[in-house]
Amino acid sequence: MISIQLIQTLLWLIPLPPILAFAIIALGANRSRALTTGIAMAGVVLSLIAAWTVVAGVVNLPELGRKPVGSYVEWLPVGGTTLRMGAAVDALSATFLFMVPLACVLIFLYSTSYMAADPRYTRFMGYLSLFAGSMLGLVVSDNLLMLFVFWELMGFCSYSLIGFFYAKPSAYKASVKAFMTTRVGDMLLLLGIAYLYAEAGTLNFADILVNRGVLEFLAEQPAILLGGMGVSAATLIAVLIFGGTVGKSAQFPLHVWLPDAMEGPTPVSAMIHAATMVSAGIFLLLRFFPLFEEATKGHLGSHVGLEIVGAIGAITALMGALIAVAQYDIKRVLAYSTISQLGFMVAAVGIGAYVAAAFHLLTHAFFKALLFLGSGSVIHGVEHGHHHLHAAGHGSGHDDHGSHDDHGDSHGHDEHAFDPQDMRNMGGLAQRMPITTLTFVLGGLALAGFPFITAGFWSKDEILSSAYAGLLEGSSLHSWVFVILCVSATLTAFYTMRQIAMTFLGKPRSEAAAHASENPWPMTLPLVILAFFAGVAGFINIPKDFPVFGQLAGSAAGWLHHFVGQMLVEEEVAHAFNAVPVLVSVLIALSGLGLGWLVYGRKPLEAGETDPVEGLGSVFTFLHNRMYFDELYRSVFINPLQKIADFYSVIVDKGIIDALLEIGYTIAGGVAEGFKLFDKYVVTGVSDLTGAAFKRAGNWVRELQTGQVQNYLLTGIALTAVLVIFYLFVFRG
Amino acid sequence: MAFPILTLIMLSPFIGAGVILLIPRDRGEVIKVVAAAFSGVSLILSFFVFAGYNTATGGFQFVEQMPWIPALGVSYKVGVDGFSAPQLLLTGIVMFCAVLVSWGKDDRPREFFAFLLMLVGGVFGAFMSLDIFLFLIFYEMVLFPVYVLVASWGSGRKEYAAMKLTIYLFLGSLVAIVGLLALYFAGGKSFDFEVLLKNVGSLGFGFQQLWFLPVFIGFGVLASIWPLHNWSPDGYASAPTAVSMLHGGVLKATGAYAALRFGIQLMPQGAQYWLPLVVFLCLANVIYAGSVAFRQKDLKYIIGFASVAHLGLVLLGLCAMNAYGLNGAGYELFAGGVMTGLMFALVGMIYERAHERNTDKLDGLARVMPLAAVGFVIGSLAAMGMPGLPGFVAEIQIFMGLWQRSQSVYPYMANTLSWWYSAVAIIGVLTVIITAAWTLRTGMKVFFSEPQTPAWQKLPGLNALEKFSIVFMCLVLFIAGLMPNTVMAVVSVGVQAILKTLGVMA
Repeated sequence: MISIQLIQTLLWLIPLPPILAFAIIALGANRSRALTTGIAMAGVVLSLIAAWTVVAGVVNLPELGRKPVGSYVEWLPVGGTTLRMGAAVDALSATFLFMVPLACVLIFLYSTSYMAADPRYTRFMGYLSLFAGSMLGLVVSDNLLMLFVFWELMGFCSYSLIGFFYAKPSAYKASVKAFMTTRVGDMLLLLGIAYLYAEAGTLNFADILVNRGVLEFLAEQPAILLGGMGVSAATLIAVLIFGGTVGKSAQFPLHVWLPDAMEGPTPVSAMIHAATMVSAGIFLLLRFFPLFEEATKGHLGSHVGLEIVGAIGAITALMGALIAVAQYDIKRVLAYSTISQLGFMVAAVGIGAYVAAAFHLLTHAFFKALLFLGSGSVIHGVEHGHHHLHAAGHGSGHDDHGSHDDHGDSHGHDEHAFDPQDMRNMGGLAQRMPITTLTFVLGGLALAGFPFITAGFWSKDEILSSAYAGLLEGSSLHSWVFVILCVSATLTAFYTMRQIAMTFLGKPRSEAAAHASENPWPMTLPLVILAFFAGVAGFINIPKDFPVFGQLAGSAAGWLHHFVGQMLVEEEVAHAFNAVPVLVSVLIALSGLGLGWLVYGRKPLEAGETDPVEGLGSVFTFLHNRMYFDELYRSVFINPLQKIADFYSVIVDKGIIDALLEIGYTIAGGVAEGFKLFDKYVVTGVSDLTGAAFKRAGNWVRELQTGQVQNYLLTGIALTAVLVIFYLFVFRG
Repeated sequence: MAFPILTLIMLSPFIGAGVILLIPRDRGEVIKVVAAAFSGVSLILSFFVFAGYNTATGGFQFVEQMPWIPALGVSYKVGVDGFSAPQLLLTGIVMFCAVLVSWGKDDRPREFFAFLLMLVGGVFGAFMSLDIFLFLIFYEMVLFPVYVLVASWGSGRKEYAAMKLTIYLFLGSLVAIVGLLALYFAGGKSFDFEVLLKNVGSLGFGFQQLWFLPVFIGFGVLASIWPLHNWSPDGYASAPTAVSMLHGGVLKATGAYAALRFGIQLMPQGAQYWLPLVVFLCLANVIYAGSVAFRQKDLKYIIGFASVAHLGLVLLGLCAMNAYGLNGAGYELFAGGVMTGLMFALVGMIYERAHERNTDKLDGLARVMPLAAVGFVIGSLAAMGMPGLPGFVAEIQIFMGLWQRSQSVYPYMANTLSWWYSAVAIIGVLTVIITAAWTLRTGMKVFFSEPQTPAWQKLPGLNALEKFSIVFMCLVLFIAGLMPNTVMAVVSVGVQAILKTLGVMA
């Protein structure tokens, strides 16, 4: 039995080792690659041990959902109150504490091999450590402020890692795009935090989300904006917080950053798509589900909050699946599939299927990490083949471990337009890369929801079942979600089969693919482990009354349902088994995969052959260009905003304000000029006039001084005469 | 009599300036050492004041008082409270670093450093004055050296910029002085701040309504309140590095500080009445100046507008008039001051080497001055409110404060307008995106782009003093960001007292 004190201490120690590892690497360990590897690996492994110990310690605690275990320190005194930092674990975070460190350790291990040849390997491992540490910190946060701190740190890490090859313009643009787009969501989240704090006076999860009083208060309070229209504070806060999720978890309309994020090295994609970033968004949404639910009650009760969540999720799920069908880049297909799958989770929350969303997040993390690492392995293998050829062909004999992903940049190998990520350049890799192929296929099947033996089936089925249960009750939201998710799931199975077939089946469509080779064990071992979880992770939540499997699972059936479900104030009731959605799930997966097999698997593409989906014409173009979201945003938001800023800068600042200043200056100058003129002509003039008179008089006198005595005499007489006349007329007269 | 530590902090730069004027003009090195030494003394002493401020007792501490012109009720009275103590430390830090990064100044160094020290002495004096008359003397004393420094050692349109800056600030201070004189006559013919504070209750609402705006806006000009901000980017673009650092980082803080101290604190009812309207000017600061910074090409203009935006955040915090807002404002003054100082220092280092400030023409500088790149990233992250750095602590408190404000009942505004401040918060929060936009764009272009201009790759690297000052300021940012308590504990004590005068309990 692990004591509560130990758990409380260990909780703090979960995020610490990777963050310390980052600091040590940044401060000097980066001189040695081996040392960096050791420190980074030690960091995540320590986290894993601490996290799993905690999970083992709390998993059987009663009431874990409502009574989280943890401790806190005071962080920031503000006036009379103090904001605090605390680490706690409850049922939801325990689930994450199982998955996140595991995925991180595997991704780290993979990276040590995948990135080994990169000149900035040590920096990479440093950032990766900080990334992992931030996610773990986010999971153990016991309050929204601390969660936000790590949330933002993660934003910074993703920015640094997506733009890791910053010398490549596309990478740096992608990093800026990721940062800015998620920041739009963060902004809403920040407002949500401010509003929540203003209303509730606290940001601690335990004080708000399992506290009937606070929840009811929030639900009864009219919102500060739109309150007149019957929106409650709870709804507004919940929706603002959901804004954060939309940004971080790449939901429509802020999904545009995630596909570009693959500009980062592939392990980063795995981190972002599975263990960290996008999971954090769903984590936050799940955390605040009680608030959404509460908002539906009371006299201001409305479902609008959940409806927004459900609609956004469903739209995202469908959109992502559609776009994924028309992509050629192996990582881009996966990126859109992540967007789509996150849409499934968000939609699940929207229809109230709390546990199903958490369950799907868990299974998705495993199979998506697997698929991304698998795709990295494929790219690595193909690049390897390409360099192999290149070296043989030109005899240049350079190190054929290039820096992956950054083909074409400064370290690049001056390759012509060869793209090792383009699935049209692949094909036939099954023979050359057997482990990668097997694991990738398993991951793909999980993504497609292949019945019974993959984790993806169970979690996706649970979402569909919940939606179906709502449909039976006549909820239109549930009906829509059910239909849209069914279509999306079919598409998912289809594009997964397309990807598998294009990558692994048939004959190599490029020389590079023909020379590809399997990767070393640090890259394949994580694939195998993840494949294991992608297969079995579903068994932790088989519905009790599911035929055959329910009995097989015995007491383990519905375990997650009970474990995570206790987070809610009123535990979610497991709806009764219904065969329809299960059959639909099975049918969807099989038909999608079957269709994919008919198009791509039966007769794999030959080199130079056009992809059949291009036959869709303008629909294909539309989807291939990702529905033109980037172009739309550029013309609707970015360009006008720049124009406004220019308007401020040129018209208002330099024009109006400076012009006013000029006018004031001119007026003041005019007044001064007036004074100057006054001074010149009036003040000075008077004195000048006086002076001038004397001067003229002087000149006249001087003319008189001719030096001739007779003149003086004459003058004297004349003067005397004048004086006499003057005297006689003026004084006497 | 207690050790006159505050007087020494203030006098040290003045004495330094006097000593420098006695040194022969060709002994440049000696002049710089003397300047560094005297600013170092102020830094160390101001640290002692900051660290020695007793948060348990609060109030004004380290007070020194001497009668000066008893007939007018003027005395030499200095002291610090929780709000001003960190600002003294800030002044010390930025000033010390400003001297260090000016080490390469070879153009009439004697006069340059003498004026620089006089400027700083005035700023120290302004932060510690507890007598309005004394405050005004220090305040005006600062304007003169700034004018000379910009007009003589500046670059570009330096005469224009110096004149613009001086006229704006001088007119602003004139307006404020009129208001302060009104306060003097209404508040019992005393210039003593503490006496005035006691008499606040006797000031009628009509009086406060009339005189609040002149004082707040008059000092607000120095805090570059919109639309009276225009001197600031022009001035900073032309000013020599050290002056930009001090002016942007510290002197502006004096404006906001005075607006709080003499505006809000002495006329709380006037503040309650006007600030809900003034808040929109401050909002314009944040949004407008931020967007302009985004579209500027000149590095110094970018940082100049950024400093306008950062003061806008401070003023927004003041406008919230509650514990969170004021704490955020006080913290942002300190943190944003160091951040602005750091950014101007970096821009100056680039300009001195490349003689180029156009971001379109600069590229790949991270390779020649990696530490400057790191400094810029840290400064950017601080500016955009990244947790771990102090901008976050300030920003989140300011927005929480604004939002919380909407919950309270307004004395002078119908309760139906309760969405007022939340609307401000909602618009204001756009700053987190805007700031991220200009910092990322600038940093990427100047430091991290692919080197294209060979000349930049041959620029000399940073010298030891420059490196030291970058590291020093970054360290301060990290300490303040990771352990906000170091600064907040002091600031919040000062804010408590201010809130009492505002009639708001924390």
